[in-house]
Amino acid sequence: MKTIFDAKGKREGKVLPALDVPQQGLEKLIPHSLRRSRRPRIPVLSEPELVRHYTRLSKLNYGVDDGLYPLGSCTMKYNPKVNEDLAQLPAFAGAHPLADERLVQGSLALLHEASRYLCNIAGLSDITLQPAAGAHGELTGMFLFNRYFKERGESKRKRMLLPDSAHGTNPASATISGFSITQIPSGEDGMVDLVALRETLDETVAGIMLTVPNTLGIFEERILEITQMVHAAGGLCYFDGANLNAFLGQARPGDMGADAFHFNLHKTLSTPHGGGGPGSGPVAVSQCLVDFLPVPRITRDKKGYHLDRNFPRSIGRMHSFYGNFGVILRAYAYILLLGDDGLHAVSDNAVLNANYLQERLKKTYRLPYDRLCKHEFVLSGEQLGQGITTFDIAKRLIDYGFYPPTVYFPLIVREALMIEPTECEGKETLDRFIGVMEKIALEAKENPELLRTAPQHAPVQRLDQTRAARHPILTYPFDELPE
Amino acid sequence: MRYIANTEADRRAMLDVVGVSSLEELFSDIPRQVRDRYQPIGLPERSELETVRKVQKLAHFNAVWEQYTSFLGGGVYDHYIPRVVPYVTSRSEFSTAYTPYQPEMSQGTLTAMFEFQTLLCELTGMDVANSSMYDGATALAEAVFMAKRIAKTDKVAVCRSLYPHYRQVLDTYCQAGGIEVVEVPYDHAGRYNADSLPTKISALVVQSPNTFGIIEEMNGLKERLGAALLIVAVNPISLGLIAPPGKAGADIVVGEGQPLGLSPSFGGPFLGLFACRKQYLRSMPGRIIGRTVDAQGEIAYTMTSQTREQHIRRGRATSNICTNSTLCALAAAVYLAGLGGHGLQELALLNLEKAHYLAERIGSLPGYSLAFSGPFFNEFVISVPGDPQSVYRQLAHDKILVNNPSSLSELGVEQALSFAVTEQRTKEELDSLVNVLRDMT
Repeated sequence: MKTIFDAKGKREGKVLPALDVPQQGLEKLIPHSLRRSRRPRIPVLSEPELVRHYTRLSKLNYGVDDGLYPLGSCTMKYNPKVNEDLAQLPAFAGAHPLADERLVQGSLALLHEASRYLCNIAGLSDITLQPAAGAHGELTGMFLFNRYFKERGESKRKRMLLPDSAHGTNPASATISGFSITQIPSGEDGMVDLVALRETLDETVAGIMLTVPNTLGIFEERILEITQMVHAAGGLCYFDGANLNAFLGQARPGDMGADAFHFNLHKTLSTPHGGGGPGSGPVAVSQCLVDFLPVPRITRDKKGYHLDRNFPRSIGRMHSFYGNFGVILRAYAYILLLGDDGLHAVSDNAVLNANYLQERLKKTYRLPYDRLCKHEFVLSGEQLGQGITTFDIAKRLIDYGFYPPTVYFPLIVREALMIEPTECEGKETLDRFIGVMEKIALEAKENPELLRTAPQHAPVQRLDQTRAARHPILTYPFDELPE
Repeated sequence: MRYIANTEADRRAMLDVVGVSSLEELFSDIPRQVRDRYQPIGLPERSELETVRKVQKLAHFNAVWEQYTSFLGGGVYDHYIPRVVPYVTSRSEFSTAYTPYQPEMSQGTLTAMFEFQTLLCELTGMDVANSSMYDGATALAEAVFMAKRIAKTDKVAVCRSLYPHYRQVLDTYCQAGGIEVVEVPYDHAGRYNADSLPTKISALVVQSPNTFGIIEEMNGLKERLGAALLIVAVNPISLGLIAPPGKAGADIVVGEGQPLGLSPSFGGPFLGLFACRKQYLRSMPGRIIGRTVDAQGEIAYTMTSQTREQHIRRGRATSNICTNSTLCALAAAVYLAGLGGHGLQELALLNLEKAHYLAERIGSLPGYSLAFSGPFFNEFVISVPGDPQSVYRQLAHDKILVNNPSSLSELGVEQALSFAVTEQRTKEELDSLVNVLRDMT
């Protein structure tokens, strides 16, 4: 696969403006010892070469604009195009974060209004827009919990409870923040085992991190009992909002007992994920955590909007500036476009699509938790026979032009295939996907080699992951001899 | 709702298959009392046109930036962004993809991130880089956490001449992570005071150019640190001219990638730069892309070293980072490839020359002088006669944007203003700033 470093061309022509002030010379302005001696090896590409290179690379990629992207827990929904234009409005894109606040009243008003909408959707008292991603939101939440207990003189509360179905970011965020993890097993029904929860609750528990619905796509029916139990034991409840698409516009984490809840604007609220980011992970909190929210906070008085750092009990700053403004703007516009009815329609259709797929696919694939699901569900790829694994099924899906579901997660299901269709897919697409999944199951029996050697119709075949890990080549090998 | 493909007939057919009579029934597992408490926001569904109008109305409350001349800096710089950069990043195959979990369908993103890692290593003189962090401040905080893991010491030394927002984020993280932060003062040159380096630290954090724009002298510094790591925060454009931190023995290099083709966007999304020495690879946070081969022996790229990461190691991961700033890293790759190594050097030189022209012109005004004697890149601090706040206000009145002097004052630099100059500032704009200042005195 060719990279820019393989380019041999020498571009000519003017790229930069001419120097219009009297030249003093590098020698005079920077002492020799501070200067770099060798120019960085960055190739010289003409603009057409550059555009062709990246256009070619783009064609090796697959985005949600290319088709179904049923990646569980990632909510790969359509990203409205108008929001891209709005983010590029010069008044917003050109606003320097350190400009005088009188000059950025529009940006501040937008953040203030977005905060209000998001608090409403979460059913919570206040919010910080600073976290740049869901995991960053979790970290913010854990820092808030830390401070809460410290101020109450309860620093011995160091245990964070996590269901065994939790996202990997949850234990990582809690550990970084100084908490130890206690894992709570899931019951036969895929939900938190209340007996196990009750047994572990004591004065060392700081709280619980829940994903609602959980990563099996199952709504915790006893959510109120869970949060009441944790609160009664003096703990706090953190809700991972990765799965908000399941009840957007119909139910609110605040009404379920959440003390902190993070949004993933790049999932639920339609901002493009960019092949890995940027995202945005605002954290909404209940009244008991409001005073600890990161600064600066956006406040409003008669004179207008302000970036206010004067909150002495705050945990401090979490982001260089005020969060990923360009992402928040897109999410704000999405909420405006949809309105309340549209938000409700999102979860209606997301949950309908998931249940329809689950019902149809469980005839061919094992469904370990056979019950009403929310926006996603988890199948198992085992039992297709012939030694076929979920990995093989995923790779074969690529041959049929679909992005594979999330695989091998959650960990509590063997050979897991976690499928999330989102509200944007229509029945027609879902039927096509079902047809392909059924065909793959058949192929597994009749011609398993097709699965084991898949993908055959992709830009590359299966990769040698072991080699990548054992002999890491992480930068272009400039000194490698051409083959 | 216009982003939904199902028709009413589709929905009825699907409900039948599921075996429920209504959409409502699909939500019967959510406790009734939770659903009953739902309060709508009070927003109607809007057409695209109505939405555009409402957002544009807010935009009108911002300044019309074209009418202003910006000397704002502090980590976010007003560089020209060639059109080819947003053109490439707006290709939806890049922008609407998720993290490249399935490499066979993500070679575009993966190849570009491999290029980005290489570019960053070339700029910084480091061995390995990850494919981005959220922003400069959080990249630094993660670097300090990483140094704690490596050096197993709960104390870090930080130069006072760090961007205030970097320091504030670092303090937040360190407080929660149980790390003590000690400060290294700056001297009359605006550089860290090499006589007051603390001991028993996990790392020393140096920023160069620092918040005063001063280029730090780091030769011999690493040797003096002993077992402690050297963490250097950089401005990537300056590295077109300045010696890469790798040469001075830096162990970790971080920085804000905004200057590499990203608009200011009121502070984000930005691009956290993160590179380190090879021996620390296993301790590095973030997504790392590696080169390998496919079943046919063809070169291909994949996420690698994932055993460090949260989805595998969970509570014992090197970091919790998952989503990063991939699309911004793509912008940076396109930006740099459009410039080339020579172009980057020329660009840095333009910034350098113009900044020095302005500094000398302002410094020749009565009562004005450079606050520090050290060499600087494209940003500098000027001591001003009288109240800097009133100068600041007067400049704003004349549609000239500079950093609020209160941030300098918080660092102990009184009666001073800072100015950043990029290739976008013309001689005319520089001269007119000088004239405004002259007329004030």
